[in-house]
Amino acid sequence: MSLQQDEAILDIRDLKMYFPVTRGLLRRKVADVKAVDGVTFKIRRGETLGLVGESGCGKTTIGRCVLRLYQPTSGTIFFEGEDISSLPESKVRRIRSKMALIFQDPYSSLDPRQNAGSIVGEPLKIHQWVSAQAEYNDRVEHLFRLVGLDPSMEDRFPHEFSGGQRQRIGVARALACEPSLIVCDEPISALDVSIQAQIINLLEELQEGIKGLTYLFIAHDLSVVKHISDRVAVMYLGHIVEITKSRTLYENPLHPYTKALLSAVPIADPFVEEKRERIILKGEVPTPLNPPPGCSFHPRCFMAIPECRQAVPPLHDVGGEHEVACIRV
Amino acid sequence: MLLTPGLEAYSSDKEHKMSKLLEVKNLKTYFHTEGGVVKAVDGIFYHLDKQEIIGLVGESGCGKSVSQLSVMQLISTPGEIVDGEVIFEGQDLLKFEAHGPEMRSIRGAKIAMIFQEPMTSLNPVLTISQQLTEMLELHLKMSGEAARARAIELLGMVGIPSAEDRIDDYPHQFSGGMRQRVMIAMALSCSPEILIADEPTTAVDVTTQAQLLELMKDMVERFQASLVIVTHNLGVVARYAQRIYIMYAGRIVEEGTTKDIFGKPRHPYTMGLLKCIPRLDEEEGRKLVPIEGLPPNLINMPPTCAFLPRCSYKVGRCFEEPWPQLRHLHDHHYISCYADTEEMRSEPAAR
Repeated sequence: MSLQQDEAILDIRDLKMYFPVTRGLLRRKVADVKAVDGVTFKIRRGETLGLVGESGCGKTTIGRCVLRLYQPTSGTIFFEGEDISSLPESKVRRIRSKMALIFQDPYSSLDPRQNAGSIVGEPLKIHQWVSAQAEYNDRVEHLFRLVGLDPSMEDRFPHEFSGGQRQRIGVARALACEPSLIVCDEPISALDVSIQAQIINLLEELQEGIKGLTYLFIAHDLSVVKHISDRVAVMYLGHIVEITKSRTLYENPLHPYTKALLSAVPIADPFVEEKRERIILKGEVPTPLNPPPGCSFHPRCFMAIPECRQAVPPLHDVGGEHEVACIRV
Repeated sequence: MLLTPGLEAYSSDKEHKMSKLLEVKNLKTYFHTEGGVVKAVDGIFYHLDKQEIIGLVGESGCGKSVSQLSVMQLISTPGEIVDGEVIFEGQDLLKFEAHGPEMRSIRGAKIAMIFQEPMTSLNPVLTISQQLTEMLELHLKMSGEAARARAIELLGMVGIPSAEDRIDDYPHQFSGGMRQRVMIAMALSCSPEILIADEPTTAVDVTTQAQLLELMKDMVERFQASLVIVTHNLGVVARYAQRIYIMYAGRIVEEGTTKDIFGKPRHPYTMGLLKCIPRLDEEEGRKLVPIEGLPPNLINMPPTCAFLPRCSYKVGRCFEEPWPQLRHLHDHHYISCYADTEEMRSEPAAR
């Protein structure tokens, strides 16, 4: 599949998001937390890009920058061909009707004093997506059906729903204004194992049914990300270290961190587990406040050489839509 | 105790095993709430051999943690252990007072537990040294100096770098993974026979999870202890456990060796769980098959099988008769189900 520039619904170039650390009465800036430190990637219309990494790697920050919930420190974000990274706040609302967010926790992301119908319908009102009350009612009813909820439950409050149903309400709310991009931030990690599959399948079915619906799927669970994504980007301390098709990522991981991450995920099959190689990493993820020089993974890396300390390795293409940021590959 | 036919077969089959370290029989723990009686654990049987690693798997609310807290007699009101036996070293632990001297000499010393959330299970106002040496002084009657030396040794063993310098730090000065290492050191401090790990890695990252699980496995080998891994993660038990118990709504629904459970699952719930989780090595385009419906509310449960409303293998007997006891299939493999799932397997799969 050859790619043209205009096919990318989202095109992020050298995105940086630093959070200042202040100290003292005058809130003097003493340092930066480099949550996202130069990230470049594209998402095509209709595809699912998985963003995976351990806590603190910056994956959620990227999602929030895309939605312009944060003002990026530098870099550009092209959404449907328009640079939204420096749009003034007054114009941000307009693009937000075309992108939506599904949150991790279906308990705290729904207003407990709002009934389910008005939660789902609120974006329609905010973005003036419907003009008449009848149209609003129809749309809310349609959204309930779309996510597998009975429209007769519109009057119920969030506490009357189970976790899985609440997440369905969250999905319906995200779909309200027919967005072209949905940022799913750990949408299933708060759910029980047997319920997770229901939501994964729902997201997959919606994408099959709605032409051009694109997901940026952020999660720490590599098995889930691999299952749902067409391509996966692996993050470590604010950088993308490897990005490729999800199948290639599993079959031919090149970055040592990806290899370690894959081997750390147990597979629910003792016959497979017996034969698997295990890479146990030394130490823990360093703080993004003071990342190691050069490749930020080198202190834990089993392939590191002295040169790894010298410069941050850029992503380079190794062919077959496979990019990796490692000088040893 | 009058045994149902199923139970008799269950007990006699296991008599040949002499190495049983812990045996739990018909354990029932109920919570008396305003809404009614919650039967969190409703008659479970399991055992643990010497130097064995078993997995206790189930979703939230299935009673897996409560069953372990019951073994330790750490259930407080409105909870109550209403029936059962916990046989350890020839004694029924449930006959002892929860706060009596016998239980105190066992809890933490012979049976130790690691909890899910390492931040809340360490005391934030005491140093690591104070918390670790307390156990050594109390259970092993060590002197202050010796206890401190042993504590430093233990911290080194669980992989805390420069343990001598860090022992006087407070819990907040450690990262999540390091705190869980401290918890492991603390649990192992009195060389327990049994280590119970209750969702030990849920709150940590995946590479840290791998480190901690390897550490726990190495440590129980080194201390010649047995390990109970309580988890919802089937992958974790597939990697580490020798035998697995699958729990649903307060009962054990399937028991078997790890290879039986994953290779030839026979209870519809186990079969459903395996079909609904994404796997790293799955074929591209594999569809997950979710288990429809919801886990039951444990208040006012019907006498029939709790999985019945979600089951795709149900037969006529399921609606008429009470939830079946575990029945023996072969070797160490048991299920609590009336249906012959093996014969019917092709049918629902084709749907």
